[in-house]
Amino acid sequence: MSLKITNAKRIEGLDSNVWVEFTKLAADPSVVNLGQGLPDISPPVYVKEKLSKIAAIDSLNQYTRGFGHPSLVKALACLYEKFYQNQINPNKEILVTIGAYGSLFNAIQGLIDKGDEVIIIMPFYDCYEPMVRMAGATPVFIPLRSKPVDGKRWSSSDWTLDPQELASKFNSKTKAIILNTPHNPIGKVYTKEELQVIADLCIKNDTLCISDEVYEWLVYTGNKHLKIATFPGMWERTITIGSAGKTFSVTGWKLGWSIGPNHLIKHLQTVQQNSVYTCATPLQEALAQAFWIDIKRMDDPECYFNSLPKELEVKRDRMVHLLESLGLKPIVPDGGYFIIADVSLLDADLSDMKDSNEPYDYKFVKWMTKNKKLSAIPVSAFCNEETKLQFEKFVRFCFIKKDSTLDAAEEIIKAWIRQKS
Amino acid sequence: MFRNVAAIYLHLAGLLQRKKAGTSLTRCLHQTFAMAKRLQARRLDGIDHNPWVEFSRMASEYDVVNLGQGFPDFPPPDFAVQAFQLALSSDYMLNQYTKAFGYPPLTEILASFFGKLLGQEIDPLKNVLVTVGAYGALFTAFQALVDEGDEVIIIEPFFDCYEPMTLMAGGRPVFVTLKLSPTQDGELDSASNWQLDPTELASKFTSRTKALVLNTPNNPLGKVFSEAELELVASLCQQHDVICISDEVYQWLVYDGHQHISIASLPGMWERTLTIGSAGKSFSATGWKVGWALGPDRLLKHLRTVHQNTIYHCPTQGQAAVAQSFQHEQARFGQASSYFVQLPEAVQRSRDHMVRSLQSVGLRPVIPQGSYFLIADISDFKSKMPDLPGDAEEPYDSRFVKWMIRNKGLAAIPASIFYSMPHRKHFDHYVRFCFVKDESTLQAMDEKLQRWKTELRP
Repeated sequence: MSLKITNAKRIEGLDSNVWVEFTKLAADPSVVNLGQGLPDISPPVYVKEKLSKIAAIDSLNQYTRGFGHPSLVKALACLYEKFYQNQINPNKEILVTIGAYGSLFNAIQGLIDKGDEVIIIMPFYDCYEPMVRMAGATPVFIPLRSKPVDGKRWSSSDWTLDPQELASKFNSKTKAIILNTPHNPIGKVYTKEELQVIADLCIKNDTLCISDEVYEWLVYTGNKHLKIATFPGMWERTITIGSAGKTFSVTGWKLGWSIGPNHLIKHLQTVQQNSVYTCATPLQEALAQAFWIDIKRMDDPECYFNSLPKELEVKRDRMVHLLESLGLKPIVPDGGYFIIADVSLLDADLSDMKDSNEPYDYKFVKWMTKNKKLSAIPVSAFCNEETKLQFEKFVRFCFIKKDSTLDAAEEIIKAWIRQKS
Repeated sequence: MFRNVAAIYLHLAGLLQRKKAGTSLTRCLHQTFAMAKRLQARRLDGIDHNPWVEFSRMASEYDVVNLGQGFPDFPPPDFAVQAFQLALSSDYMLNQYTKAFGYPPLTEILASFFGKLLGQEIDPLKNVLVTVGAYGALFTAFQALVDEGDEVIIIEPFFDCYEPMTLMAGGRPVFVTLKLSPTQDGELDSASNWQLDPTELASKFTSRTKALVLNTPNNPLGKVFSEAELELVASLCQQHDVICISDEVYQWLVYDGHQHISIASLPGMWERTLTIGSAGKSFSATGWKVGWALGPDRLLKHLRTVHQNTIYHCPTQGQAAVAQSFQHEQARFGQASSYFVQLPEAVQRSRDHMVRSLQSVGLRPVIPQGSYFLIADISDFKSKMPDLPGDAEEPYDSRFVKWMIRNKGLAAIPASIFYSMPHRKHFDHYVRFCFVKDESTLQAMDEKLQRWKTELRP
């Protein structure tokens, strides 16, 4: 038998994946799935129509430009120039990738080296840690901490970084910090002051910022999404990542993009030309055309960038109400399409769940899926090994779901309440 | 980054031009001076160069018939286009994520289709990974299995990404060249005459050899490796416990009755081979970017780990379209109505057309048994016009291609791109042409060649 045929060291310890386990659990059609961030609402009609027309155009079935289909990078430049103070060069300052996931990979592989440190704010979208490790670098974690909220409703804005604690995480090895705003899973939308603290530290420590802004359009009343790359001194050191999947509710199109200065983007482009080379053509063209429709009506309530957050705010409020009625303390998110809640108050009887080494929330989600036919994701999946216990009482629910799905969830919760009393 | 004042000045001037009115110069200056630390990761050293960009750009700037990059300029077959349209109009949930390692109907049909071809029981969950094109499968394989210091044997000429992918994984490429056996005078050369020297190949294997990359049918040469040649490679891989990464994207594009053989079907090879395929090349839909890797679970599991930490999912609808297209082909396998039969028949005619036409101006094509490409010997031109404009170290074939684009309205790709640096000078007298083109394109090529012929010195 072979002794030599082994995996490369870069993937050592990176084989387990929370999604593979939990999506299998939720795949049972009788389970109401509020776990994975997968919309079950229909994308806007014009988005589907565009793609349908495009499939019939011959040339769009062949390779396009590797770093991004020309009409798409033009549309992205046009859209994002509205937020930045400089014009954006579509060929040199934009890269189209396989989802935002692909942009994260390209940024980390392109800019993070063995021995570098990368600051990751906890809880974190789970791929940040393995991607940093795969690049041979060391993740340095800092948790968001909640201030006490007696009486008042718990909000994602109650979760903040301690500026001194954050400053202490930077040292001469720190190559980058990964920022995610709006934040998954808490739904926090970083304020101007909070971003300024991060920006000041990046500049002072000569550090890059990888800003994951996939939920940029999904901010709720009273909040505003701000781009850290627009802060003084930050354009030159920031990669800003966006997602078609989250923008147009088409996660299966797997198109994302990175925007930044050429002296950073060119390294992401190098990774691209040595990994996937180019993304699918028809999808990029359809996305470009969908963008042009909405770019032209950004002040219109019909613009999807405005209508989707309105639609989701209603669903968010419904979820908050449902979870509260169950006796949970949800953290009301200011953005994103997830809501987390402390489930320990339910004091569920998990004694029949095997594998007592797992954190509480893993056991709870498995129990809830099996016994209540409702699935969610344990928040400790978004923590590193050492700090899982800090968030093990929290479970994440996704609310970008059609009304009938939320109705079904409501039925389950009502029955659960009756059973408790 | 900024080596002198002039560079800083130019950078600032550029910034000032681009910026909108209202922002202060002070802010601009602050933005100019970014990292003092080294920016890019070391794994990018030596792999940032992209020869394709230059040739694609030139081909679009001049009025040329583009026979360079390898993609068809005719549409995919109707059933494939319909499959895509069906994927877009049926279940709206196809707009959302599917299973990470492959859309189930696709992994299932790939398992059954290729299981038959390879004579192997293939499990759709354990032995199949769907990737972003075959390119993505290659990348995933290198990242999963090649470690710092591992050696990877690459047969020259090679599809150019194998070398940088090896380097990015920290590996060391070890090249072995296909050598031309002499032909009879006057006869056109054949790709099958380009062969590996068994002793030389054996000498390339060391205790550090992790993998060997095989590409059959071969790009750019069009060679289809024979059973005997594959047995040679197979026995060495087994003897030295080496993984075979078998790039078989052109598996249906074989001509003159030649047979494509997958090395994974040879005794002892399934357990150490990754077989890589492409929907783009199979269905003339390169823009769909759907590919796959087939292999034993003990290898695939590592590719899955890479996949879940790089892109995680592939787009759903393209996969649905490919699954449907394979259903269509499975029902017709081996029959006259199969696209996998019709396509090579049609492309063979295009190949023959191109082979005849190129000779009219003194290009000497090497007849390919497979793939999208042929290479043509330009030695006559090299002796008649040795001094073509170009950069200092630029190989002759690259200068020739640029000259041909500018002056003769034809775009091709220099063969030296497909060779390792030290060997380029030995193979700078070939250029690669793609013949998977519509009849109208080949006629346009003929017009350019006819004009060229009249311009030749007597």
